[in-house]
Amino acid sequence: MTSVAHQIMWNRLISVVEEQAQALIRTAFSTSVREAGDLSAGVYDEKGRMLAQAVTGTPGHVNAMADAVAHFMREIGVHTMAPGDVYITNDPWMGTGHLHDITIITPAFHDGKQVGFFGCTAHVVDIGGRGFGADGNSIFEEGIQIPIMRLRDKGQTDGTLIAMLRSNTREPDQLIGDIYALAACNEIGQRRLTAMLSEYGLPDLSTIATFILDNSRRATLERIAALPQARASSQMVIDGYATPITLAVTVETHGTHVSADFTGTSAPDPKGINVPMVYTKAYACYALKCAIAPDIPNNAASLEPFHITAPENTIVNVTRPYPVALRHVIGHLIPDTVYGALDQILPNTVPAEGAGALCNFQVSLRNPATGERSEVLCFNSGGSGARRALDGLNATAFPSGVMTMPVEATEHAGPVIIWRKELRPDSGGPGTHRGGLGQYMEVGARPGFVFEFSAMFDRVNHPARGRDQAGPGGATSVVLSDGTVKGGKGKFPVPEGLTVRLAFPGGGGIGDPRNRPRDQVQRDLALGYITPDSARTFYGLTDPEIESATA
Amino acid sequence: MPNASARYERPIDPDATSAPLHFPRAHDYRPLMTEYANLGVDIGGTFTDVVLETADGMVSTKVLTTYAAPEDAILDGIAQVCARLCLTPDMITRIIHGTTLATNALIERRGARTAFITTEGFRDVIEMRTESRFEQYDLNLTLPLPLIPRNDRHTVRERIDASGDILIPLERSEVEALADRLRGVASVAVGLLHSYLNHAHERLIRDVLIERIPGVSVSLSSDVSPQMREYERFNTTCANAYVKPMMQSYLGRLRARLAENGATCPIFLMHSGGGIISIDAAAEYPVRLVESGPAGGAIFAAHVARRYGLTKVLSFDMGGTTAKICLIRGGTPKTARVFEVARSYRFKKGSGMPISIPVIDMVEIGAGGGSIAHVDALNQIRVGPESAGSEPGPACYRRGGTRPAVTDADLTLGRLDPAAFAGGSIPLDPVASQSALMAHLGERLHMDALTAAFGLSEVVDENMANAARVHAVENGEDLSQYTMIAFGGAAPLHAGRLCEKLGIDRLIVPPGAGVGSAIGFLRAPYAFEATRSVYMRMDAFDRDTVRDLFASLRDEATAFVRSCDATATIEADYKVYMRYKGQGWEIPVTLTRGLAEHPTAPGFLELFEAEYSSLFGRTVAGMAVEITVWAVNATTPTADPVPVTPTPPRSPVLADERPLFNPASASMVRAAEIHRKRLTDGALIEGPAAITEDETTIIVPAGFTATGRADGCIDVERIT
Repeated sequence: MTSVAHQIMWNRLISVVEEQAQALIRTAFSTSVREAGDLSAGVYDEKGRMLAQAVTGTPGHVNAMADAVAHFMREIGVHTMAPGDVYITNDPWMGTGHLHDITIITPAFHDGKQVGFFGCTAHVVDIGGRGFGADGNSIFEEGIQIPIMRLRDKGQTDGTLIAMLRSNTREPDQLIGDIYALAACNEIGQRRLTAMLSEYGLPDLSTIATFILDNSRRATLERIAALPQARASSQMVIDGYATPITLAVTVETHGTHVSADFTGTSAPDPKGINVPMVYTKAYACYALKCAIAPDIPNNAASLEPFHITAPENTIVNVTRPYPVALRHVIGHLIPDTVYGALDQILPNTVPAEGAGALCNFQVSLRNPATGERSEVLCFNSGGSGARRALDGLNATAFPSGVMTMPVEATEHAGPVIIWRKELRPDSGGPGTHRGGLGQYMEVGARPGFVFEFSAMFDRVNHPARGRDQAGPGGATSVVLSDGTVKGGKGKFPVPEGLTVRLAFPGGGGIGDPRNRPRDQVQRDLALGYITPDSARTFYGLTDPEIESATA
Repeated sequence: MPNASARYERPIDPDATSAPLHFPRAHDYRPLMTEYANLGVDIGGTFTDVVLETADGMVSTKVLTTYAAPEDAILDGIAQVCARLCLTPDMITRIIHGTTLATNALIERRGARTAFITTEGFRDVIEMRTESRFEQYDLNLTLPLPLIPRNDRHTVRERIDASGDILIPLERSEVEALADRLRGVASVAVGLLHSYLNHAHERLIRDVLIERIPGVSVSLSSDVSPQMREYERFNTTCANAYVKPMMQSYLGRLRARLAENGATCPIFLMHSGGGIISIDAAAEYPVRLVESGPAGGAIFAAHVARRYGLTKVLSFDMGGTTAKICLIRGGTPKTARVFEVARSYRFKKGSGMPISIPVIDMVEIGAGGGSIAHVDALNQIRVGPESAGSEPGPACYRRGGTRPAVTDADLTLGRLDPAAFAGGSIPLDPVASQSALMAHLGERLHMDALTAAFGLSEVVDENMANAARVHAVENGEDLSQYTMIAFGGAAPLHAGRLCEKLGIDRLIVPPGAGVGSAIGFLRAPYAFEATRSVYMRMDAFDRDTVRDLFASLRDEATAFVRSCDATATIEADYKVYMRYKGQGWEIPVTLTRGLAEHPTAPGFLELFEAEYSSLFGRTVAGMAVEITVWAVNATTPTADPVPVTPTPPRSPVLADERPLFNPASASMVRAAEIHRKRLTDGALIEGPAAITEDETTIIVPAGFTATGRADGCIDVERIT
C-alpha cells in the first residue's frame, strides 16, 4: 500500500462522514438538526477508535462521539454483533450530554468480518418529560431514557422500543422519523466504506487506521511540543439559574500533552443546567484545539493529548440523576473560561470573552378561544469576543456553530410575530479591537394568542469581560413591553397584547479603546455600530470628529 | 491561447464528414445567404470565446477579455469568425451572449452605490447572515462584508404577516421623506418581510422612488426572487440592484456598438437557469446572468447527451482554476433554486453570498490545471483552491511560477507533450515541473518527482471524485450508471482517471471542448422560470388556488419567452417543492401537465412519495405533507439533435508510442499516441493512450478503448 493510496483513503473517509451528515440534515425532522446543524457523524475502526468525524455545527459532540463507541462495545458485547444490527442510546453520560441527543451506532461488516462502526447523533425536538427547558429537578423529569440497547437485531426493528418511545413523547412521528434518518445515514456510510475497501483490495481498516492515527498524533504532538510549558488558572462567574456559578479552570502545557482541570468550579445546580463530564470534555477540548491545532481533523489520536478533568459533583461533572437538559448554557461558556487561562500561557492567540451561550428561547402559544396550540423554538447569537488583531464577530455564535432560522420560516412555524431582529449598537465591548455586537429581538403573538416564554440565556448579570483595559460587552436583558423586567432562565407567561423585548449580549473588547484607530471609530459611528455618546466616552472622539463621521 | 482559431463541429451531412471542409476564399466567392448565422459569445475571466455557426459548420475563436470595455473583445472576435466564413456582421441572424461580468462585479465589489430599504426592525438581515461560522476551528475568521453597508440600509414602518395580511400599513409620506434623503443613489433594492406573499408595500415604494428620484434603478424582492427566507431573498435583490446600472450600461453599449458594426440582429442573454432571455429582461434582472457561462457548458453537454441518447450523464468541466460537475438526466441539466457566489474562504460552503434564482445545479470546486499543491501539517498533499492562473502559471510555463500545479504533475506523468501544449505556442519545461514537485512535495514526503506528481494528481482527482459522489448522493443517484461528458482545457487529462474512481464505464469528449459554453449558448432554448413561495398543507389542498397560482406563474414565465420569440410554441413545465411538515429541505416534484391543469391532492402526493423514496429509500408513514414553492418554466422546444449512430469500430489504428504514467502499476508504461484528427468515424485505439490535439490531450486509461465518432466526439469505453 503506497503512501499516496493512504492519503486518498483518508480523504475518502472524511468525505464519507460528511456525506453521512448531509444525508441526515436532508432527512431529519427536528429543526435543531436540519436548520441549525446540531448533529454529528463519525467512522470508527474495529477497536472503536474514531478515524474521522464530520465537521458540523456542534463542538459539543467532538469528544462525546469519540468516546461513545467504547460504551456500546462494552454494553452490547462485540462478539454478539451481527450484520443488520443497529444500536441506540440517549444516555447523557455515555452519549452527548442530554436526553434530547439520540446516538445511533451501526457495526460495519466487510466480507463477513466486522471492520468498524459508524455513529451519528442528532438533537431531537421532544423526548417527553417536562419538555425542553431548565425546570427539571432530576433526569427523570426530563424525558424518557433509552439505555444502550439494540434498535435493530439482524435487521429486525425492536417494535416494543418504538411503541414505548411513541407513547412517551409529544411528537412521536418526528422522533421516530429522526431515529430512522439516523440509522439510514449510517447505512450510507457502511455502503461507501465497503466500496472503498473493495476498490483498494483491503480486508479491513487496520492499515489505514494506523496511518491516520499516527500522522494525527505526530502532528498534534508537534504543535504541543512547540508551546511554552506553563500553568495558569482562571475563573469566570456566570448567572446560573437562581444563584451565580463560578467556573474555574487550570490549564497546563506539559510538552507531551495539555491538561485542563476544573477544580474550584461550583457545585451542581438544582435545576437542569448541569453538565455531564463528556460535554465538558468536548467544549474544553474544542477550545484548546482551536488555539493549538485547528487544522488537524478530529480523531482518536488528535484528541488524545488533551486531558480534561473535573472533580465529581461540580456543575461541570455531575452524576445521575442530576437534571442536565440545558447543559449547553453552561457548556458553551467553558471555552471562555479555558481561554482566560490559556491567554496567560499563549499571548496574542485567544479571543476575549463573548456571548458564549446561544441565545435560544422557546415560545408556547395558545389561542384561548379555539384551544389551538403551537411550539416555536428559536436559535440566536450574541456577539463574539474581540480577537488579538480583529474585532469580534457581530451576532455570530462561538463556540457553537449553529445557524439561526429565517424570521419568515419561524412565523410560518407558529402564530408568533418577530417584530425586531437586528444588531444592537454599543453592545460590543469598547477596545482597541471591539467586541462583536449582540442583537435586539422583540417577540409577540398574532392577535388572539397568548404565550409562555421559556428563556435560556446567560450574561444578564455577568456580561463578557474585555481583556487588557478593554470594556465588557453589553449584558443580556429580558423586558416585557410594559416594562416588567424578567430573568434570564425559566418559563413565564406573557399577557395578551404584550411583547418580550430581548437584548442579547455583545463580546468583550481587547486593548485600551483610546488606542483604537480613529478611522475605525469613525467607521463604527457611520455604520451605527456605536453611538456618538460612546464614541465620546469610551473612544475619546471629539465633537468635530463625531460630526464628520455622521454627516 | 489568444487568437488561436479552430474549426470544430463538422456538418451533419454524412457525405461531408470524411472530406475536409471547404473554406471559401473571400476575394472570389461570397456565399449565398445561409438560412441562419448564429453567434455565441462567452465572456470569461481570461478569454472571450466567440463561435459562429451556419448550415455549413462552425468556427470559433478565443480573444483576451478586455475588462475596461468588454464589447471590444466581442467585436474583435466577431470580425475574426465572420472573416473566416466570409460573412459580414449584418448577416448574423441571432447573437446569444453569456458573461461573467455580473459575477465578477459581485466578487470584486465593483457595483453601483446602492441603497436598501427594508422593514423596520430588520435593517441587518444581509449582514447577520445565518449567524454562524462557516469554518469551525478558525479563531481569526472574518465574514464577508455585506454588499450594501449599514449606513446605506434604511427602514420603513410597515409589516405584513405570514399570511400576507397587513399588520402595519405603509405610509406614503414616510417613503417620500426617505426618497428625498436617497437622492444621489444610483440604484435601490427593496426587500420587505413576507413580500413574496403580498407585494403591495414594495410596489408603493417603487412608485414613490421613481417619481421622486429621476433615473433611479429599482429592484423589488417580490419581482427578483419571490421566495420565502428573507436573507436569501434580500441578498439576491441587493445583488440585482448592485450590478444593474453597470449591466444596463454595458448591454446598452454592446447593442449600440454591434449596430454600428452592422450587427442589428436580435441579441439574447444566457441565464443561469440554462435558457435565454431578451436583452431587456436581462437588463432588468441582471442577477439572473450570474453563472451563465457554466450554464452554457451544461447545455453543451446536455446536447451531446441527447445526440447519443444518453439518459444519465455527469458533465465534467475543468479549466484553469475550478472544476464544475453537473448531473444531466433525460437530456436536461438538473436545476436548483439557490446557489452561492463569491465564496471568500477556500470555496467553502457558506463563505459566499446566497442567490436564490433558478439555476443549473453545479458543484464547483477549486481544482483546475493551475491549482497549486502543498504539504500540510499532517504530511498530506493538498491541492488548491489557490491557483497559479495564467500569470505566473504552473512552474513549467517558466513565467516565474515555482510552486507545483496540477499541470506540472500532468507534464511529469507524460500526459502532456511539452512541445505541443496550446498548439506549441507555450513550450513547457519538464525540468521546472520536477524541481517544483521535489522542492514542495517530494523532499517533505521522501518521494521522487514521479511519485509526487502521481500523489498530486491523485489528490486532485479524488477531490473531484468526492465532490461528484456527495452530489450524487444528495440527488439519490448511483454514478456507476452514468456516462461522463468532459470538456474544458484540463478535463480530458483527468476524466479517464475520474471514471475509474467513480466506476463510470463510458466517457465522451466532444470536439470544441475549449469553447463549450459558447457552443452551449447556441443550443439553449428561450426559457424563463417563474417561482413563488406559497405554503399549502396537503390536507388543506385547494384546487382553485392551485390552478390560479399555476396560471399566473405560467403567464409570467410565458411573457418573458414571448418577448424573445413572437411565434414559437411555448411549453410549460410545472414543478412544486414538497416536504413532510417539520422537515427543512423540500424536494422538487415535477408534475405532469394534466395534473397541473387539473390538480388533485392524491396525484400530488403520489408523485411526492415516489420522488422521496427514490431519493432517500423510504417514505414516512403518517406525516403531513406540505408544498412550499411553486415553479413554472416556460420554454421553447429545442430541436432534437440528429442522433449519432456509432459506426462499428474498426481494428485498432496504427499509432506512435510515448511514455505515460499508469496509475494501476504506479509506473511509466509505453502508451499509444495519436492525433485526434486521425481518430475518424469508427477508428479505434486501445488504452493506455494519449489522444493529442491543439488545446489538450485526452488520456485513455488502460482497460479502456477510444473510438472516433461521426460528429467528432471521442467515445471512451471500458473494456468489459
